[in-house]
Amino acid sequence: MSLDGSLEKFRREGRIVVVGASLAGLRAAETLREEGFAGTLTMIGDEPYEPYDRPPLSKQVLLGRVPADHTALPPRRALDAQWRLGVAATGLDVAQKRVQLADGDAVEYDRLLITTGVRARPWPHELEADLDGVFVLRTTDDAAQLHRRLSAGPRRVLVIGAGFTGSEIASACRERGLEVTVAERGAAPLVGALGGVVGEVAANMQREAGVDLRCGVTVTGLEGDPAGRLRCAHLSDGSTVEAEVAVVCLGATRNTEWLASSGLGAGPRGIACDAGCRAFDVRGIVTDDVFVAGDVARSPHPLFGYQFLSLEHWGNAIAQAETAAHNMISASSDRRPHIWTPSFWSAQFGVNIKSVGVPPMADEIMVVQGSLAERRFTAVYGHQGRVIAAVTFDQAKWLEFYQQQIERAAPFPPEFGTVDRRPEEAHPVPAEFPDPSLPSHGPTVTLSGHSPIDRRISFTPLHA
Amino acid sequence: MTSVALLHQITDFANRADPYPLYAELRKTPVVQDEAGPYLVSTYWEIHSLLHDPRISSDARNLSPQAAKATGQDQDPELPPNFLRLDPPEHDRLRRLAMRPFGPPHTPRRVYDMHGELAGIVSGLIDAFRDRRTIDLVDDFSYPFPVTVICRLLGVPREDETRFHTWADTIAAGLDPVGTDEEREAQKQAVRQARAGLAAYLAGLIEERRRSPRDDMLSAMATDHGPDGQLTPVEMVTTSSLLLIAGHETTVNLITNGMLTLLRNPDVLQRLRDDPGLAVPLVEELLRFEPPVQLLPQRNALADIDIAGTTIPKGASVYLVLASGNRDPQRFLDPDRFIPDRPDNQHLGFGSGIHNCFGAPLARLEAQLALTELVRRLDNPRLVEDPPPYRQNAVLRGPRHLGIAFDGLKP
Repeated sequence: MSLDGSLEKFRREGRIVVVGASLAGLRAAETLREEGFAGTLTMIGDEPYEPYDRPPLSKQVLLGRVPADHTALPPRRALDAQWRLGVAATGLDVAQKRVQLADGDAVEYDRLLITTGVRARPWPHELEADLDGVFVLRTTDDAAQLHRRLSAGPRRVLVIGAGFTGSEIASACRERGLEVTVAERGAAPLVGALGGVVGEVAANMQREAGVDLRCGVTVTGLEGDPAGRLRCAHLSDGSTVEAEVAVVCLGATRNTEWLASSGLGAGPRGIACDAGCRAFDVRGIVTDDVFVAGDVARSPHPLFGYQFLSLEHWGNAIAQAETAAHNMISASSDRRPHIWTPSFWSAQFGVNIKSVGVPPMADEIMVVQGSLAERRFTAVYGHQGRVIAAVTFDQAKWLEFYQQQIERAAPFPPEFGTVDRRPEEAHPVPAEFPDPSLPSHGPTVTLSGHSPIDRRISFTPLHA
Repeated sequence: MTSVALLHQITDFANRADPYPLYAELRKTPVVQDEAGPYLVSTYWEIHSLLHDPRISSDARNLSPQAAKATGQDQDPELPPNFLRLDPPEHDRLRRLAMRPFGPPHTPRRVYDMHGELAGIVSGLIDAFRDRRTIDLVDDFSYPFPVTVICRLLGVPREDETRFHTWADTIAAGLDPVGTDEEREAQKQAVRQARAGLAAYLAGLIEERRRSPRDDMLSAMATDHGPDGQLTPVEMVTTSSLLLIAGHETTVNLITNGMLTLLRNPDVLQRLRDDPGLAVPLVEELLRFEPPVQLLPQRNALADIDIAGTTIPKGASVYLVLASGNRDPQRFLDPDRFIPDRPDNQHLGFGSGIHNCFGAPLARLEAQLALTELVRRLDNPRLVEDPPPYRQNAVLRGPRHLGIAFDGLKP
């Protein structure tokens, strides 16, 4: 019996629901239409806005160069979709093929794509988190509020967590002439994502820009005045930082709670899916009609021993969304695997930082071009004798070459000469990644083992 | 060992009007050592990968002695190399310093703000055709337009054009590989003299601008102090020489190749007339289809490089044949067709990687404005002869004259 006829019928008049109307959801929907899906398309998003771009929120928006509501994503084509914006999905019934919505409604689907992404991890103490002046930064509303508050000229801003978001916020504050203290649990900024050697460079960069950088400390409490406004923060080293604004940058949480009773393999690290973006259920069986893409997905990667990889990368969201959409409306022989090589960028303190591969997997690092001291360099990460990642500071044009080295599993340390090799820096040294069981801001790329069922991992509380 | 004499055919003037069949032949072996010594790379992905490969150097000092002799690329004892012939970190520092008065992040509006000025120059040049029914596009338009622009941008007096034109032409011709040892020696001497003449001229001008600065790049170079400090006097001379020559020997070909291509494809010419917005993708397609820089002859290998089944040995000279990569059917659908709105057109016309064309934003704008206005104003333009006579140069390839007849001029 051939099922081809039913695929054609589905492409003609099927119902696809996309839960999560941000970058991945939008690009997936556009790909569905691009590739000829003519049925009904429903876009569900918990934010009341059309899909918008997030990278500018911690950069141009905080600097006042772009208003927070001007980062809408440019559409690639007309979608002809039904939009349900400002309504969160609250439950999923895979047997009935139905998404439950917060307003009591339900939407039925033939195939479902989950692109619910992540949200900022809030400050763990609710009363302290509610103080006036305590922010997180993930949404356009967050950015608008934070920008407004920074424009009022607070005497000091406290950034809690020096990952990429925290460091970019600190950079924007300094560029605006604001005093800023950064508290980081690890030994250096960016240490979870890029390791201690590069973290040291980032630390120098921050201090030189006038950031009051405190590493190896945690914030133990936020204290308000009688009017409920943030007054100061207490640090684990016994010190106190007086600040009117605190931005909590402790990484992100996957938006999977709404799937708790769905039977899907969804947990704190995301929703497990196969290389074709089909979700696993809790039995480790791949589903036929539920697909996943973007930050909320964890998918196995051939370059990294087929471990499940969780990525919070802009480029991954697009690539995986396109693959998921293609596979949703293709016969199994026409489907494609998602084998994107992880990569991301950041702009902070006047430096363009780019990374490719999975740095936290590395044991060693070697500066192959340029110099750490000059803050213009290309560093390569090695894992068990092969190149596993590379990072550039203001040298992004070389990254493509090292991406090919990663994809070919080239030997580490590299055996060849290059331009701009500095003998004094060009030797492998320990990459100095912190113990992953002590998360701080968290890496933006995580290897999370071979199990499609992700129920046992829980976040280590911030406080000792 | 593979040995071919394709390089000789590429430089042979008889093949200047249409080198593309030769490139197709060359692509049958993506990386091949020519009997003259250099390794020729002719396919898109191989060129693209070597343009981003840190084992490839642009500094002639890394050539093996035999390769240096065979290509005649050794050091000028009088003047240090400009940043086109340097590797990081020197290249990066010089290019950053040169970029400061020209583009982002320090001067992001420079090219954008030149739009009105460029449009004015274009109109002026075309207005002068009013009483004529034939023009030589090269002498009457494609050459004077970018030269006027680069002179104003740098702050070089336009009336000195006759002085620096000969120097620039000699230096540009020096990029071409030549056959015998005697020819190479003669070429080298001529290039050194031209470089010295141009350097002395620009040094004088820079000194004037240092004493009384104006709103131009020479003044900025002579007076500006950024985070990288300042160019040394010698670096100012080598850098400004490079910009003057590059702004001068390349865009002329882009514009001339553009009109030639449009006149050979009247349907496309009409489309541009009807929709000036087409100029943006059209110029990209032009950079793919008829790139002003046909090949990059100034690279060498710092290590043995395994590529496309061949090993380029350390110290070897490497020629990246951009114009061939641009016609690679493995990369571009129907590559020998001129498709003005071709999608996915990441051509190699401006190179790629750290040495990608410094003046690209300006060249794009110049070509877009020039072609749009020429097709809008020339009534019934047609080629006087096809193919037109070409310049000698194989590397910076383009017509020496382009006769165009027309019936009148629109306002």
